[in-house]
Amino acid sequence: MSDGKTIILNRIREALRENPAPRPHASHTSSDQEETPRDHTPREWLPKVGERLDEQIDLFARQSEGLKTEFHRCGTMEDARAILSVLVAEGAWKKIATHTTPDTSALLEKNRAEILKTDTGYQIDDLESCDAGITGCECLVAQTGAILVSAPSAGGRALSVLPPHHIIIARTSQMVPDLTAALELAKERYGNKFPSFLSFITGPSRTGDIERILVLGAHGPKRLTVLLLED
Amino acid sequence: MTTFASEFKKMAGRYTADLTHRAFIKKALSGYYQKRDDSKASFQSWQGARDLAAETKYEAVNHLDRYLVEFAEKIEARGAKIFWAPSAREARDYILGVARENGVRSIIKSKTMTSEEIHLNDALEKEGYGVFESDLGEYIVQLRKEPPYHLVFPAMHLTRGQISDLFQKELGSAPTDSPEELTMIARRVMRRKYCEADMGISGANFAVAETGMISITENEGNARLTTSLPRIHVAILGIEKVLPRLEDLALFLPMLATAGAGQQMTCYNTMYGGPRQPGEIDGPEQMHVVLLDNRRTELLADAEQRDTLGCIRCGACLNVCPIFKNVGGYSYGTTYQGPIGSVITPHLRGLQDWKHLSAASSLCGACTEACPVKIDLHHHLLQNRRNAAAAKPVMIEKISFLGFAWLMSHPSIYHLAAKLGRVFQPLHPIVNGTFLDPLIAWTRSRAFPNLAPTSFHEQWKKSRK
Ligand code: SF4
Repeated sequence: MSDGKTIILNRIREALRENPAPRPHASHTSSDQEETPRDHTPREWLPKVGERLDEQIDLFARQSEGLKTEFHRCGTMEDARAILSVLVAEGAWKKIATHTTPDTSALLEKNRAEILKTDTGYQIDDLESCDAGITGCECLVAQTGAILVSAPSAGGRALSVLPPHHIIIARTSQMVPDLTAALELAKERYGNKFPSFLSFITGPSRTGDIERILVLGAHGPKRLTVLLLED
Repeated sequence: MTTFASEFKKMAGRYTADLTHRAFIKKALSGYYQKRDDSKASFQSWQGARDLAAETKYEAVNHLDRYLVEFAEKIEARGAKIFWAPSAREARDYILGVARENGVRSIIKSKTMTSEEIHLNDALEKEGYGVFESDLGEYIVQLRKEPPYHLVFPAMHLTRGQISDLFQKELGSAPTDSPEELTMIARRVMRRKYCEADMGISGANFAVAETGMISITENEGNARLTTSLPRIHVAILGIEKVLPRLEDLALFLPMLATAGAGQQMTCYNTMYGGPRQPGEIDGPEQMHVVLLDNRRTELLADAEQRDTLGCIRCGACLNVCPIFKNVGGYSYGTTYQGPIGSVITPHLRGLQDWKHLSAASSLCGACTEACPVKIDLHHHLLQNRRNAAAAKPVMIEKISFLGFAWLMSHPSIYHLAAKLGRVFQPLHPIVNGTFLDPLIAWTRSRAFPNLAPTSFHEQWKKSRK
């Protein structure tokens, strides 16, 4: 008996060998016979993004608003700390989880809540009991208001999803125009040594499963805050 | 008629007569239309994006062997285990085996239609494993012991009142009519399950050949938790999910979000390339990827309908389908409802048993127009009808059509028939709706239109005189 792989691959090859399928016909390029959709990139069709950084930051801010991401531009680390201390006071946060980067450490200076670091692992219940998780990220995507995180840039897989409030600290140099650029950046950065986890986060967790009515905080964070610092 | 066909007729009749249900589904979808149109409008060209998506899927599906092997080799090199499952049974047995060998006790699942297709929950529960659906809608229908109503919105047929009653009964929670509170009840229950589960089972929306990753799209965060906390991750996906390049996701993620739920981007789009890698602090120790054929290769062999393997299961064709909106998700009796289900179920589960679904169509083409990957759905319904009739002609249909053709090619007989119709129609009310009514199939639920006093042909003749 041959194994599943051989069986399936043989079936596929057999199915493809006999019968060529008709190519899909393009609806937008009817005038030009030579052109096929493959001559185009997603960028031409997807939502347009300005070239300048300030346009991109504005777009990211607008998208954040629609998504209910709380987006703050911070002139200095001091500004970012002030925003954090308001959040800590408002929510009476007792414990905050984070991983060590220069920015997360600077942000948490002078903070009085207990800190759980995931740098060398954590107990699930311990992380679950935190009031917030603070992480870095790979980049911010202006086009969709998404944030690309990964295992190394966000302290593992769970830190950015288990605590009820996720705070991301990022730099303006991390802004990229669109999804294509974000994926290219990941490829350049990691070659073929990709982390096992990469995720586009686009707003706080949500569901519409009950009567299609939007509720935030289905299983992941109810709130998502992005603190954007100048370089 | 097969039992499946008569069951469909019975259910469809019942749901169509249920006006409350129809109004509820219509209302639930109205918000979707608005958001979908807004999201489409943000594209520079939605049609251009559809062309490119269709072309990318064409390339992937027509070189499926090459891209599957590339995907498998890449992700295996990073420590994941690939299992090639020719049939549903082999997929189930493999997953049961993994659970058994690792002494698994509790299993958490994120939404996967592929596992519905192979009835994985039943198999796991029969072996004594606790299996919990974590997607809110899936959790609700699981508590009700029902299958998903819609492949993207599993519990869209239920009112908040019904869900509150369900939670009261099953979870002992206090009654509420707030969707938010209901969501929080489920959130609290699930939190404990994530922390306790030792196996997480997910599906996948895409498999990227170039980098050896699977990509999972979700809004709730339940799939992320399912794949982060338990020590074993099993992903089950159809062999058609593969995309050639990582960059293809830049196109497919926003398209899936737009067509599926009217979002520009779904909340979490996560790419997993293997179990926890050296130097990483969390994630599962083992990752198993089950690649399921289960007669998908038969669809592949049908060049005419091969494009159906490009389906990204967005549900857009269901949401616009007049049949779906009237008969609802349960009438189909299939894992995949709506137009795409009607097209592919005959291939996956037998043409003669499931051909009736291809007849339940107005051929309006709304599905084809809605499909982000340009699957020619309504023509495929016609092809299924043709194939079914060619394989097993139905005598009464054959005779009727011969008669019809004869009538239409003999004008004088046709005119006579029309005249006779006009003479006898006034007598119709006597038998209307009774078993003597020759038009009973129509008049049971509809009024028969009155024939015009003079036909167009007669009027034309007169005006030319
Ligand atoms: S057939 Fe097209 S519209 Fe229907 S679920 Fe599949 S991709 Fe979506």
